[in-house]
Amino acid sequence: MHIMEGYLPLIWCIFWYLASIPFVVYGVLRIKKIFDEHPEQKMILAVSGAFIFILSSLKMPSVTGSSSHPTGTGLGAILFGPFVTAALSVIVLIFQALLLAHGGITTLGANEFSMGIAGPIAGWLAFKGLRMAKLGMAPSVFVATVLADWMTYVVTASELSLAYPGANIFNTWLTFMGVYAITQIPLAIAEGILIVIFFDFLVSNRPKMIESLLKEHILPGTRRSVQ
Amino acid sequence: MKISKPLLYALGFLILIGLLALPFILNPNAGFGGSDDQGSAAIGRISPGYTPWFTWFWQPPAETESFLFAVQASIGAVVIGYFIGYTRGRKAAGKAEE
Repeated sequence: MHIMEGYLPLIWCIFWYLASIPFVVYGVLRIKKIFDEHPEQKMILAVSGAFIFILSSLKMPSVTGSSSHPTGTGLGAILFGPFVTAALSVIVLIFQALLLAHGGITTLGANEFSMGIAGPIAGWLAFKGLRMAKLGMAPSVFVATVLADWMTYVVTASELSLAYPGANIFNTWLTFMGVYAITQIPLAIAEGILIVIFFDFLVSNRPKMIESLLKEHILPGTRRSVQ
Repeated sequence: MKISKPLLYALGFLILIGLLALPFILNPNAGFGGSDDQGSAAIGRISPGYTPWFTWFWQPPAETESFLFAVQASIGAVVIGYFIGYTRGRKAAGKAEE
């Protein structure tokens, strides 16, 4: 979903940097707070970052005949919220921009906004909303993860349409949506399945941790004590 | 009917593999080029003559690029694998969740 180096006009590079920086800065502060006050959550924080590392490196084939990569941001968004996920995502984006010439330094703000901020916000809101509506854990995690992945690509298409409106911005948006968002649908579903499985592992093995992170009682009453 | 968890997990991974194999059945002759490149190509069609105004000084050769992508994936995999092993090991040792 990365916008390649030099492919955004300077004014938009600055715009998306300014939009992204507050999220990343607040996210870093939140992570520092986690390290100070909840050191037991450090490992799950690292795992959330690790999913972004691994999934955003896998360029998968899609039914559209093109390839793209998932984002891996859904798990972090569900467990830690969008700010922390913004800080985790920027590490991966810098790694790819500097070493892989994938994405870019000029387009870092825009890529961070789509993958690290807009996607995770969509996933986080979906998760909280669905849980409030008493939907089960697995479907809530699935929808949140798929949305965090897919919205990233919708926002990328939108960022490009704003920078290159062409004759008719809506038609342009449809063009970019055709490139990014359609390709992404099966990949987002694949990511959703993977994260549902991992989340089930987390709930079975670390129920207390998940309860304290989600601030909800997931195993009411008859909870088995964890051996 | 209660389906056992390992079976459910296996089913999930099967669907995953199916999703990734399906493109080759539906679109056997497609190039599977990256959507990033297609996005850049679309910019070229909408704004003909657009040339990137900045290029990073380093562009890894294709082999190095796939090496670095594999490094990135393996960093993630090591952390996740460590966590799963640690968690299962603690449980097997009968230690309470910290």
